[in-house]
Amino acid sequence: MEVILTEWIPALLVLMGASFMLLAAIGVMRLPDVWMRMHASTKSATFGIGCMAIALAVWHLDELSVVMRSLIIIGFVFQTAPVAAHMIGRAAYRMGVTPWRGTKRDELRGRYDPETHSLASVNDH
Amino acid sequence: MNVLDGAVALASVMLALAVVLAFIRLLRGPSLPDRVVAFDLMTSVAVGIMAVYSIAAEETVFLDVAIVLALISFLGTVAFARYLEQRGKK
Repeated sequence: MEVILTEWIPALLVLMGASFMLLAAIGVMRLPDVWMRMHASTKSATFGIGCMAIALAVWHLDELSVVMRSLIIIGFVFQTAPVAAHMIGRAAYRMGVTPWRGTKRDELRGRYDPETHSLASVNDH
Repeated sequence: MNVLDGAVALASVMLALAVVLAFIRLLRGPSLPDRVVAFDLMTSVAVGIMAVYSIAAEETVFLDVAIVLALISFLGTVAFARYLEQRGKK
């Protein structure tokens, strides 16, 4: 039991976190436009950091300071990553980066005015 | 060599490969937001590398470095986004 707790669980969590981060990097490398790359990088990289921090907390389970710092990393990353991704996505749309040509749906098309940065509502059309 | 040492070695290789892939996107990325996304991913992977290294080296002080790096990465990304929006406005 002791061996399982101190060795296998952290080992599995570290491997899982590293796999998700490698997956995020492959997605950033392979996917066709900014928003898809962002989708790959933010979600799986955040989850990877979470897995590794939990692995560290389990590995040093008897030291409260390490466990608390791991939890702080998790809470901080899980709160800031969506905000940063949202801001980059909005900035990319406002800059006029072209979406992938196979994009099926762009709900802001025709409603967004690049000059004034204002949005028309659905009822105006 | 126990299980955790092997896992940490394998995870280090995977994270190094992830940094290389993100750096290729940083060099190639057609638009500036692509590069910002790649850079953000690189700092996330760096936080992961610090977590793995602090397991391998039994040195928990690297956790503080990881917290600070996560903070600076968020500030940098938000600053870049603000800059890109302001530049697009004029």
